[in-house]
Amino acid sequence: MPGYLELTYGQVALAALLIVVNAGISLLLQLKMEKVLAIAATRTIIQLLLVGLVLEWVFHWQRWYVVMAWACLMTGVAGVTAVRRNERRYRGIWFNTIVSVWASAWIITGFVLLAVLGDVQNWYRPQYAIPLLGMVLGNTLNGISVGLSTLMETLVVGRGEVETWLCLGATRWEAARRSVQHAVRTGMIPIVNSMMVVGIVSLPGMMTGQLVSGMSPIQAVKYQIVIMFMVASATALGTVGVVLLTFARLFNADHQFLADRIVASHPPS
Amino acid sequence: MPAGGGSVMDTVPRQRLLQGNEIGRRDRDRWLLRNVHITIGSGQRVGLVGPTGSGKTLLLRALALLDPLDEGEVRWKGTTVRGDAVPSFRCRCIYLHQRPVLWEGTVESNLRAVFRLSVNRSRNYDGARIAHWLETLGRDASFLAKPQRALSGGEQQITALLRAIQLEPEMLLLDEPTSALDPHSTRTVESLVQGWFDERPEDRALIWVTHDRRQAERVADRVLRMERGNVMEADDAGVP
Repeated sequence: MPGYLELTYGQVALAALLIVVNAGISLLLQLKMEKVLAIAATRTIIQLLLVGLVLEWVFHWQRWYVVMAWACLMTGVAGVTAVRRNERRYRGIWFNTIVSVWASAWIITGFVLLAVLGDVQNWYRPQYAIPLLGMVLGNTLNGISVGLSTLMETLVVGRGEVETWLCLGATRWEAARRSVQHAVRTGMIPIVNSMMVVGIVSLPGMMTGQLVSGMSPIQAVKYQIVIMFMVASATALGTVGVVLLTFARLFNADHQFLADRIVASHPPS
Repeated sequence: MPAGGGSVMDTVPRQRLLQGNEIGRRDRDRWLLRNVHITIGSGQRVGLVGPTGSGKTLLLRALALLDPLDEGEVRWKGTTVRGDAVPSFRCRCIYLHQRPVLWEGTVESNLRAVFRLSVNRSRNYDGARIAHWLETLGRDASFLAKPQRALSGGEQQITALLRAIQLEPEMLLLDEPTSALDPHSTRTVESLVQGWFDERPEDRALIWVTHDRRQAERVADRVLRMERGNVMEADDAGVP
């Protein structure tokens, strides 16, 4: 018998009825959000049920290639999301972003699975590999997309400053250094902030899950500490990666700033 | 190499400072500049005139290697400039924007900042020299403490010019530096540039873009005219 209360579909349906709170407010204040709410509620239910089915299957098979395939899909979706949040694009942004998300998340998750958990034989055990990778992706995504958009924003708005540096003999790195530093810092601020308040203001999702499933609070906290450092390091790696790759794309070996490569796009709202 | 213009014989042979060969810039399929040749020798003050949209800024930016060329090359003293030679070239031949950009801080912090660049590492900020320049402009040292936000358009352009000429460039590429200034500030900027040039008139050169023919005659001794992406001697162009 599991250490938690098993939910029936009836109980879930009861909780799903809470959406009437949103619907009621929308109707009362004429927010005209009923349609969006209906879509969002339906997507939440369908997406999670589908993922549940797939994960049941992945957990059942316990094969490294099945886990890898699912991990690739998760990483790909995270990379695409990180790009789509940007209002500005350049040719190569997809490659640079997906590579950064991929490399940072997999290096750090790999380190934790192999070195920290030390389960070298069964490193691919989906029970660990998938939630850990998921936590890392979900959180680094933010830093990477924020770092990327901050860099482009700073360069576009501060084009005159960057060019003035170049005109007076700065190398491309000297001209862009401030923008690069600002972008990396901005990308890392959210995770540092959440490290400051974790446990006090917010109880992280994974820890909540483990507490509900009956794990002892100290064990749950240990996992959470591991997660926090995974997220922090992967965010740093991914943000630096995407920012440097973007820098290399927007400045050439002749120390020219290729501002024309940055184009506006219309992100899905 | 055949010389264009036919004016080689009338003066002592000058050193070729800056040369643009077959310069071409395009926007997708449309050529904005094509097959532009321009040679500036040391000691030359060149005015560049022409209607808006004729490609004056584009040419100056191309010569400063600020934008990638689609065709052609830029030579400095006979050598093609590319790669890691670009930064030191850019501080020998400085392009000044029409609207100067000053970094956050005071006038002095702007002047000092350029000495932190690796290309200028062997040099130091020379306060006495700056004070001397300011004196010729009728200003005292309090100007140096002014924050960049408090400067008028003319003062901004003066600061940008001081920031450039303290590096002792051999050439200035001036992109309508006075187009937004009142007559008094215009004269100040002109005299500052002239003062820089007169320090070593045989070794220095400039291109001054302007749409004011009278200014071109004041600041330049050779006037080029630009039209639809082509450069020609103004005297040959049959200007009305």
